[in-house]
Amino acid sequence: MKTYVCDVCGYVYDPEVGDPEGGIEPGTRFADLPDDWVCPECGAGKDEFSPEE
Amino acid sequence: MNDTFRAQQITDSVYWVGAIDWGLRDFHGYATSRGTTYNAYLVLADKIALIDAVKAPFKNELLARIASVIDPQRIDVIVSNHSEMDHSGCLPEVIAAVEPERVVASKAGAETLRQHFDLTSIEAVEDGAVLDLGNRTLQFVETKMVHWPDSMLTYMPEEKLLFSQDAFGMHLATIELFVDNLPRELLEAEAAKYFANILMPLVGPISKALAKVQQSGIALDIVAPDHGPIWRRAEDIAWIIGKYVEWCAQKPTMKAVVTYDTMWGSTERLARAIGEGLKAGGADPRVMPLRGSHRSDVATEVLGAGALVVGSPTLNMNMFPTVADVLTYLKGLKPQNLVGAAFGSYGWAPAGVRHVHETLAAMKVDLVDDGLAVKYVPTDENLKAAHALGVAVAGKLKAACARG
Repeated sequence: MKTYVCDVCGYVYDPEVGDPEGGIEPGTRFADLPDDWVCPECGAGKDEFSPEE
Repeated sequence: MNDTFRAQQITDSVYWVGAIDWGLRDFHGYATSRGTTYNAYLVLADKIALIDAVKAPFKNELLARIASVIDPQRIDVIVSNHSEMDHSGCLPEVIAAVEPERVVASKAGAETLRQHFDLTSIEAVEDGAVLDLGNRTLQFVETKMVHWPDSMLTYMPEEKLLFSQDAFGMHLATIELFVDNLPRELLEAEAAKYFANILMPLVGPISKALAKVQQSGIALDIVAPDHGPIWRRAEDIAWIIGKYVEWCAQKPTMKAVVTYDTMWGSTERLARAIGEGLKAGGADPRVMPLRGSHRSDVATEVLGAGALVVGSPTLNMNMFPTVADVLTYLKGLKPQNLVGAAFGSYGWAPAGVRHVHETLAAMKVDLVDDGLAVKYVPTDENLKAAHALGVAVAGKLKAACARG
């Protein structure tokens, strides 16, 4: 599964880890995150993430 | 306590109790040629609040200014809008001296202050939370990444006063408290420099924060930042907000920045010819040799420019170190909507120009060609090519400006 990086602060969303504090289970693909999910580090929206090469 | 340092009254209930750092010339790599201030504010309501603190060496100045109005031990609440050490450096000592009932920060702020100072007594406040001081209230507005994850603003509705933390601030040491007593050109130069060097990479979150403040419909009679003078006239507040909107949009203009370093004068000769070509093509060139231009002054010129043309000699199969410095810095600041080109000289392999070209491409600069690389010393033909490169960049810039 692809990781995604926050263009604002550099936080990396790793689907294998999820975002437990934000209520996101490990194994959740970036595409399956809810639309109102925000970067746990800086609050940026999903639209401000880019797939990591 | 000495009485040299006095508080300065801003409104019925608010006093400036910050510190002036006349000698600061380097703020983490940003050349602060006019020094700075670390602003802190004392709210004398039924309960007494201190908004922000100052950089560690200025603790005594802060406490002396507070003591010129009240016994610092009477402070009930300390608000930390931003955890960076120019505002929090003396916070542990101030907490120890004041012994407030509460110290509040955003959720990320409470965590960041713990990570900096092992402070575990900071109370996290939610976005929109209200703190009642009796005859005054403080409302907290979370502004993540404007310009750290912990950043928040504090608004006092009774006096329509926004403690705006680093937003709308500037590095300018002055004994003059208010913007309206200072020349507009000076304010524009220093506010632009602050935006370019601190806020430029964060135009997304800043635009959101501006929209959040505008949508909330709150009235602003006074905007009190954590660096530099205070905004209190409606026309000045509208002017700086308008500037922030403009700097966030970064629409291309005909200003073209040419920056370079040189070993034996070849890259410099190309830079001068490119500058002439830009002018001939209708652009407004700013030629900035890196031996005489600080990286933060180049960043300031790039804000509000439409083109960035960068030149480097090749040194040991690399770009020149000063050029790498300014490009690393600019890349991090993420300037938007630029056209540009790379140029430079070389001896046996044109690695310097290639590295500059690749870095500009990674910065999403719209490049006119693959870069102009000249062996050893420019010939007349090479200088004509450099002039033509300037004309070509100006042409691309004109098209970009026409698109808006």
